[in-house]
Amino acid sequence: MNWRIEIQYKQGVFDPLGESVQKFIVDLGITSVSRIDVVYVYNLDGEISKSEVEIICRQLLADTITQKYSYSASRKQKASVPDREFQAVEIAYNPGVMDPVEQSTIKGIRDLGVAAIESVSTAKKYLIYGDVSRKEMDRIVEKALSNKLIQHVVGDTVYAQEKIPLSIQIEGRQPEVISVELNAAGDTRLKKISQEGQLFLNLEEMKTIQEYFQKLGRNPTDCELETIAQTWSEHCFHKTFRGNINYTYHDGGTVKTKKIKNLLKSTIVKATQEIAKPWCLSVFHDNAGVIAFDKEDAICFKVETHNHPSALEPFGGANTGIGGVIRDTMGTGLGAKPICNTDIFCFAPPDMSFKDLPEGTLHPKRIMKGVVSGVRDYGNKMGIPTVNGAVLFDPRFVGNPLVYCGNVGIMPRDKVAKKVYQGDLIVVVGGKTGRDGIHGATFSSGELTEDSSVISSGAVQIGDPIQEKKVLDGLLQARDKNLYSAITDCGAGGLSSAVGEMGKDLGARVDLEKVPLKYKGLSYTEIWISESQERMVLSVPPAKKKKLLKVFADENVEATVIGEFTGTQRLELFYEGALVCDLAMDFLHDGDPKITKEAVWKPAHHKTPTIKRTQDLNPALLKILSHYNVCSKEWIIRQYDHEVQGGSVIKPLVGVKTDGPSDASVVAPKPGSSKGIAVSNGINVRFGMIDPYWMAASCIDEALRQIIAVGGDVSSIAILDNFCWGNPDKPDRLGGLVRAAQACYVFAKGYQVPFISGKDSLYNEYMQNNRSISIPGTILISAIGILDDIHRCVTMDFKKPGNLIYVIGTTYQEMGGSIYYDTNAGALGNDVPQVKVKTNLKTFNALSRLTSRSLVRSLHDCSEGGLGVALAEMAFSSGLGVTLKLDAVSYQGDRRDDYILFSESNGRFIAEVDPQDKDEFEALLRKARVDFSLAGKVEATPEFVLYGLEQNPCINIYLEDLKTAWQKPLDFS
Amino acid sequence: MAKSIKPKVMVLRTAGTNCDQETGFAFSHFGAKVNLVHINKLLKKEEKLADYHILALPGGFTYGDDIESGRILANELRLFLSEDIRRFVAEGKLIIGICNGFQVLVKAGFLPGEAKPSKKEYQQETTLITNDSGKFEDRWTYLRVSGESVWTRGLKDIVYFPVAHAEGKFVAGSAKVLKRLQAQGQIAFRYCAPGGAQPVYPENPNGSQDHIAGITDETGHILGLMPHPERHFLFTHHPSWTRQAQKAEWGDGAQIFANGVRYVQNKFL
Repeated sequence: MNWRIEIQYKQGVFDPLGESVQKFIVDLGITSVSRIDVVYVYNLDGEISKSEVEIICRQLLADTITQKYSYSASRKQKASVPDREFQAVEIAYNPGVMDPVEQSTIKGIRDLGVAAIESVSTAKKYLIYGDVSRKEMDRIVEKALSNKLIQHVVGDTVYAQEKIPLSIQIEGRQPEVISVELNAAGDTRLKKISQEGQLFLNLEEMKTIQEYFQKLGRNPTDCELETIAQTWSEHCFHKTFRGNINYTYHDGGTVKTKKIKNLLKSTIVKATQEIAKPWCLSVFHDNAGVIAFDKEDAICFKVETHNHPSALEPFGGANTGIGGVIRDTMGTGLGAKPICNTDIFCFAPPDMSFKDLPEGTLHPKRIMKGVVSGVRDYGNKMGIPTVNGAVLFDPRFVGNPLVYCGNVGIMPRDKVAKKVYQGDLIVVVGGKTGRDGIHGATFSSGELTEDSSVISSGAVQIGDPIQEKKVLDGLLQARDKNLYSAITDCGAGGLSSAVGEMGKDLGARVDLEKVPLKYKGLSYTEIWISESQERMVLSVPPAKKKKLLKVFADENVEATVIGEFTGTQRLELFYEGALVCDLAMDFLHDGDPKITKEAVWKPAHHKTPTIKRTQDLNPALLKILSHYNVCSKEWIIRQYDHEVQGGSVIKPLVGVKTDGPSDASVVAPKPGSSKGIAVSNGINVRFGMIDPYWMAASCIDEALRQIIAVGGDVSSIAILDNFCWGNPDKPDRLGGLVRAAQACYVFAKGYQVPFISGKDSLYNEYMQNNRSISIPGTILISAIGILDDIHRCVTMDFKKPGNLIYVIGTTYQEMGGSIYYDTNAGALGNDVPQVKVKTNLKTFNALSRLTSRSLVRSLHDCSEGGLGVALAEMAFSSGLGVTLKLDAVSYQGDRRDDYILFSESNGRFIAEVDPQDKDEFEALLRKARVDFSLAGKVEATPEFVLYGLEQNPCINIYLEDLKTAWQKPLDFS
Repeated sequence: MAKSIKPKVMVLRTAGTNCDQETGFAFSHFGAKVNLVHINKLLKKEEKLADYHILALPGGFTYGDDIESGRILANELRLFLSEDIRRFVAEGKLIIGICNGFQVLVKAGFLPGEAKPSKKEYQQETTLITNDSGKFEDRWTYLRVSGESVWTRGLKDIVYFPVAHAEGKFVAGSAKVLKRLQAQGQIAFRYCAPGGAQPVYPENPNGSQDHIAGITDETGHILGLMPHPERHFLFTHHPSWTRQAQKAEWGDGAQIFANGVRYVQNKFL
């Protein structure tokens, strides 16, 4: 008999979920809801007796101390008794959407000795109390309780039934090979084939494919066409960065042109090659960049984006984003152990009015909460500390939020290289394959539209972190027993990408029917391109097969041989004996028409605000501290486990009450060793709106500064690039991108800091009524530094009254893109901060020497909000006051208090020094020719007093007020 | 039992366990021989609990905390390994459950447990449910130490450990159960304000009854706690260690692991 079980908190037990949903509904502007109770629903299928159900409820599903249960012998819910008190809405996942709870529940039921259980499905029922209108209910269901891409309202409740969009149980699909009529097609038809198949291939590419098959004298199969589309997608192939660009730019008064062949190789990769650091062990060709850590181990680092899926389903998008980048680490070399995460987000402002939302987009606050939950769920459950990040806001991220997920891993140095051998078996390990994420790779290579949420629903999925953790547990054992010769992860493009990439040189044969499936009815093409999560592909010598399968079986992980690496240099796919794909590897990987794109860079002129001079800058500082980009992100950080694995040294929150914003985070990954890594990120969207060149330069500078600020050293730092841009087929967008890439070369070279890996996500535009909203071109620079002795680390909170405060580096009148301007009617300005590499490098090196000699008590870099914000943060994080004189600060420009305080010039720090170390500290800086000034003193009283150029206090305020202004804006708790 | 010179610690793990290595490191640092053992090995009898002196249930999200935290592993232990555990405890051996491990011990009924276990099945008497804040939180908490467990001997009156959980609100099944825990000195840790005074949120980070953060069985041999002593094992784990003038080697949590190892050395070796 089938059963429906309902679990609910007993009366008097506080239900936090109900309360948080209610809060969310209030955010929607609906105040009629007085209370929400949540009922957890389990539907059990199988020949299960009543006494067995009783046991299942009592011993497994209900916590009998705090919960009550009821069950009924039918899947159908009892018709709700009309009840004036509440309305009930039941939300369940759509068929085909992974619900990890189902598998665990089946296991739990079998453990109880109930073998007859066949399947479990779950749902949540919300009992909504209060006088809520039908219209309000509609909004509540759509905006607060469900996302129709992955969930639906279960029928038979008081609420109207919705159609389930995806059917999965398609029986008896013909294994007959489908060929696509390509060879005779004209241009219009070719375009249509690409569009209807969601291939995102342009005409030139379609024609190249046509030519290839015309020569073969046959049409392609659907599977072949899909394979080519996946492989050549922007997401996998980076056509823009590897292709040709005609670049036109304005240099002073003249217009110049330049032909760029392979932007990536001529800028970012070139810098790394010329810098030629011996500790770079593997750069650009693997899933992540690898650098030496110590004699035995290496560190790998990768940052990726998962923007498009996060726009549609924030939880699932971010969830699978972090899951994906962790698999990159697991698939680097012969596999690394993930040791920390870093996550950076860009959203539209959370207080955006619903009126301003484009059709088809989710509200930014909902996106933000969903994304944070997605990262929290996956990172915490994998047991990887999320130690660092950033969150930025701009209205143009409304249709395309940016979700950068990064992961650092550690592996033995003898496991950095891998090689596939002829005759090796292809083994897929981990999750089963379903219809998840079909067309994810090609989908992320196009723009989103109002219809995206309908046609691309297959590209949205939910992750299963415990599955991935199990794979990791097995994988590291198999690695250390040398049971495989190569590995990669299944990411975008699924098996198609993974096997295609690994078999690039040798060729591969796969029997697609051997791939373990979640449910029947997948076509061979779907099996091949599905992006189901938590899968890895291994290349396994036949002699080691048995041992390998045993290792994974012991961890309850499925591992299946699906084919072999052949030596034919062809990609051959079979489905139940029929050949469904037969492509030459060199055509697949090198047969694309090298596309030439047009790029134009023309500097724009922005309005410079006229701001009156004022004696009282208290309000200005408070406003800046409350700016969304500057304010505390504690609400987010606390939801991430940032200490699991026991390696935490400098946490994201530091200071006397552990709530101050640290610079880089530091982790010591090997228990008992004093060696550590520092992780930081540089990102500044507003600088890029003025000039992407100085944005990229500033981001490099910022990422380095943060590592210097905790005690790092430039000579042991490596960096990553991550470009998120609009449509690169539009010359103005591409022009900015070229400029940013050029800056990457110049400044990486200048600082002698190599890029070791990178990624790009293009086409971040949202089409609405034929108008395109593009994100501001955004570069993220992530940095990782190796620290020899974590005991010498420094934090940013002031330590002791009476200590001296130094401002290091020169402040310039570079107000363009500053937060100060933004808080003045959203102005941008033009004088964007530049980077003086030689000067700044001297500063960085001198500070590294000072921290290694423990001559600095606290150190903080000046970034958004400038000197004013950095000083305030150091003060309120320690509870110690400040007196400081602005006229002591080294400054060039119109002499104004506000400029000195809020300019965001690069290369600057604030340092706290014990008076007994004064002479040694100053002597070292003088010798290194670093510009510095002794400007103030740490005070015991909780007052923040800055004297302006007129010698009157221009800021005079209690720390508590500063801190409150900084903490309040994003405190959603 | 195989004769060994070193105390043997089994750190039990399964799908979703994730604090096994640092917990193992903490014990091994004080001279224990630590094995990280998958529950499959116990179920298949490839490993025997009887070969060990200490059983550690580390933090993590066993089986994803699906249904509720710790429930599925708790059932596995209660249904398949009860007898082994009963014997283990009767011999005076030690068990510690941290975070998810505490949730497992409580939901299996091994904690608060009985001094002289009768033949009847273990019963769940207390529980750990979703934090009042409704969300996972990682934050440092001050804890007042009480009771006389071997695990907590020599600890300072107030220690500082981080919590990192979504389901840590301690609730006793009845007023009687709570009274028994109080009367028998089974409450090992209570959340408190920095100076030791009554805590408010977030000092009590989850809304636990009587501010309970950790309890023992009647013998004090089984300890379960939500905060993570292994995350304040080293001095540099402290969130503001850079503010301390005196650099030490150990954090507040180290004593707990040292206690376990020393107890075994004195009693069994």
